[in-house]
Amino acid sequence: MKFKFWGVRGSIATPGPKTVRYGGNTTCIEIRGASDELVILDAGTGIFQLGNTLAPEFPININIFLSHTHWDHIQGLPMFSPIFVPGNQITIHGAMDIVSQHSVKEVLSRQMEHAYFPVKETELAAELSYVDLQENNCIEFGETRVTNCLLNHPVLNFGYRVESADKSLVFTGDHEWPYNIYDPTDPEYGAYQEIINARRQKIIDFFKDVDALIIDTSYDDIEYEQSKMGWGHGTFDKSIAAAKESSVKKCYLTHHEPTRSDDELEDLYFAALERNDISDSDPEFILAKEGVEFLA
Amino acid sequence: MQIIHEDLLAMVEAMPAFPQGVIKVLDMCSKTDCSPKDLVSVVERDPVLAMRVLKLVNSPFIGLSQPISSISHGVAYVGMNTIKNIALTVAAIGMLPRENKANFNMDEFLQHSLGTAAVCKRMAGLKGVKETNSADYFLAGLLHDFGKVILVRQMPDQFSEALEEAQKKKLALDVAERMIYKIDHAEIGAVLAAHWALPEGLVRAIRYHHSAGDLSNPSLLEQIVMAGNLVVHRLGFGSSGNYYPAELPKSIIKNLDMNIDEIISAIGDTDALFADAKAFAST
Repeated sequence: MKFKFWGVRGSIATPGPKTVRYGGNTTCIEIRGASDELVILDAGTGIFQLGNTLAPEFPININIFLSHTHWDHIQGLPMFSPIFVPGNQITIHGAMDIVSQHSVKEVLSRQMEHAYFPVKETELAAELSYVDLQENNCIEFGETRVTNCLLNHPVLNFGYRVESADKSLVFTGDHEWPYNIYDPTDPEYGAYQEIINARRQKIIDFFKDVDALIIDTSYDDIEYEQSKMGWGHGTFDKSIAAAKESSVKKCYLTHHEPTRSDDELEDLYFAALERNDISDSDPEFILAKEGVEFLA
Repeated sequence: MQIIHEDLLAMVEAMPAFPQGVIKVLDMCSKTDCSPKDLVSVVERDPVLAMRVLKLVNSPFIGLSQPISSISHGVAYVGMNTIKNIALTVAAIGMLPRENKANFNMDEFLQHSLGTAAVCKRMAGLKGVKETNSADYFLAGLLHDFGKVILVRQMPDQFSEALEEAQKKKLALDVAERMIYKIDHAEIGAVLAAHWALPEGLVRAIRYHHSAGDLSNPSLLEQIVMAGNLVVHRLGFGSSGNYYPAELPKSIIKNLDMNIDEIISAIGDTDALFADAKAFAST
C-alpha cells in the first residue's frame, strides 16, 4: 500500500513562502491499495492537484472517505476534475450531520449551490454516489477494506482504518482527545473519567499496530492548554503518547496549524521529540509533507 | 390505538422544551465561555431537551456502536459542540406554554420528574450501582413520565378527562387512562422511546414504571424507577397528576429489601436531595 499527502494544512489553505516546505493545501491523502485501487481520504484543497494527475486512468473508480464536512476537508471537491468526466465512478463516504440530520449528499450539495459554485451537483458528468456511514461499517473493494471509528471533533468525525493485503493505515481526520468536563472535586468527575478512559481505549484499539498512523497534531501542548481546548484538535505530546500506546510502526503528524511557518513547525516537532524521549523501540514520528509519497 | 403516526412524530419533532431549560440554554450559549458541565446540567434536567439529545445521538442513521444512555455519555461520544447545537435547535423552537388545554401544571410536573430523577440516582447509590451508571438512573427517573408531555400536547381533552376521572373515581392515573383511551402514558412514552432507538433498559424503565411488579424478572432500573416515582408521590414533591398511585408491589419491596418508608428514611435529608430540583424548576 502506498500513500501520498496532497494537503497537510489545517483549517485553511496557506500558500506562501513560509509554508513552501511542508505545503499549504488543506487535507487530502491519496492511497493506492495492493491492486492499485484508489482511496482518497478527505477532499481539502489538495484534492485539486491530485485530480489533475488522474486523467491517464479515466474512466476511473474512486472511493472518497470524508472524515467530516468542515470546509477544509471538502473545499477541493467542486474543483476535483474527475467529477466532470463521464464514465468515472465516484463514491463519497462520510457521516451524516447529527444536528440537522442531513445526509452527506445533502451537506455536500449545498457547497455547490448557485451562490457558491457555477455547476450544480446534479450537472456533474461522472457517476456520483454517496454513502452515509454508520460506526464500524466495513467497506470493501478490490483487496482493500475500510472501517471507521467515531473520533472527537465539534462535528461528527470518522477516523478511517484502511487495510490492503497485509498493510494497514489509520487516518484520524480531526481529533481532540476527550477531556473531563468536570473538576476533580465535582461528584460527576469519576464517572465521566471512566467513560473517557473507555473511549480512549476504543480509539487506541482502532489504531493498534498499524503500519502508518496519520494523526491530527495541530497544536503545541502549551498553546492547546492556554486557548485551544475544545476546538477539536490534537497536540504533539498527545499524538506521540497515543502512537506509542497503540504500537504503530510510523506516525505521521498532520493538520499543521495554519499560522505556523515551516521553521516554527519544525522547532515544535524537534522539541516534542526531545521532550517525549523517543527511543529506538518507539514508532518513527514524521511531519506530514505535501507531495511526498510513502510506503505503508 | 395506533400511536406512532406521522402527525405525532412531526408534533414531537416540533415540540418545545420547558421554559426553565430553554431560558438557561439560550443564556449560556450566548456567552463565549459556555461551560460544558453547566450546559450538560441543564440538558439533563429538561425532559424535552434530554429526550431530543438521546434521540439524535442514538439515531440508527448515525449508528454509534454503543447505545448512549446519559447526556454526559453523549458529550463524551459526539462532543460538546454537537450537544450544544442540538440544545440550541430545540431552544429555538420556543417554550412549552405554562398553560395548556389539559390544565396540567407543567411546573409541578417538572418538579415531579426532577424529584424522581434525584431519588432514582440516590437509590441506585444505595443499591451499590456504580457511579458510572448512576446518570442512567437519573435520566430514567427524569423521563419516566415523558408520555404525559405528549398527551398534554397531542390529546389534551382526553388527558384532561383521564385526570378528572382518576380524581373522581380515586383511580391510579394509568388505570383511568386505559379506561378512557386504552393506553397509558407509560406505554406512550415507551413506544416513542423505542421508536427512537433509545437504550432498551431506558425504554423498559419507562414502560414498566407502574407495572414492574408484573414482570417475572424486573431489572434494578425498572424497580428503582417504579419505587422512586412512588417515593416522590409520598413526599408530595411536585405533582404528576396522579393522586391515587398503586402501592409498591410486595415482590419489589422484597427485591429492594425496602418499602417506601424505609427508602425515604435511607435517603435521609430529602430537602437537600430536592434542593437542586426545586432550584431548577422554580426559575
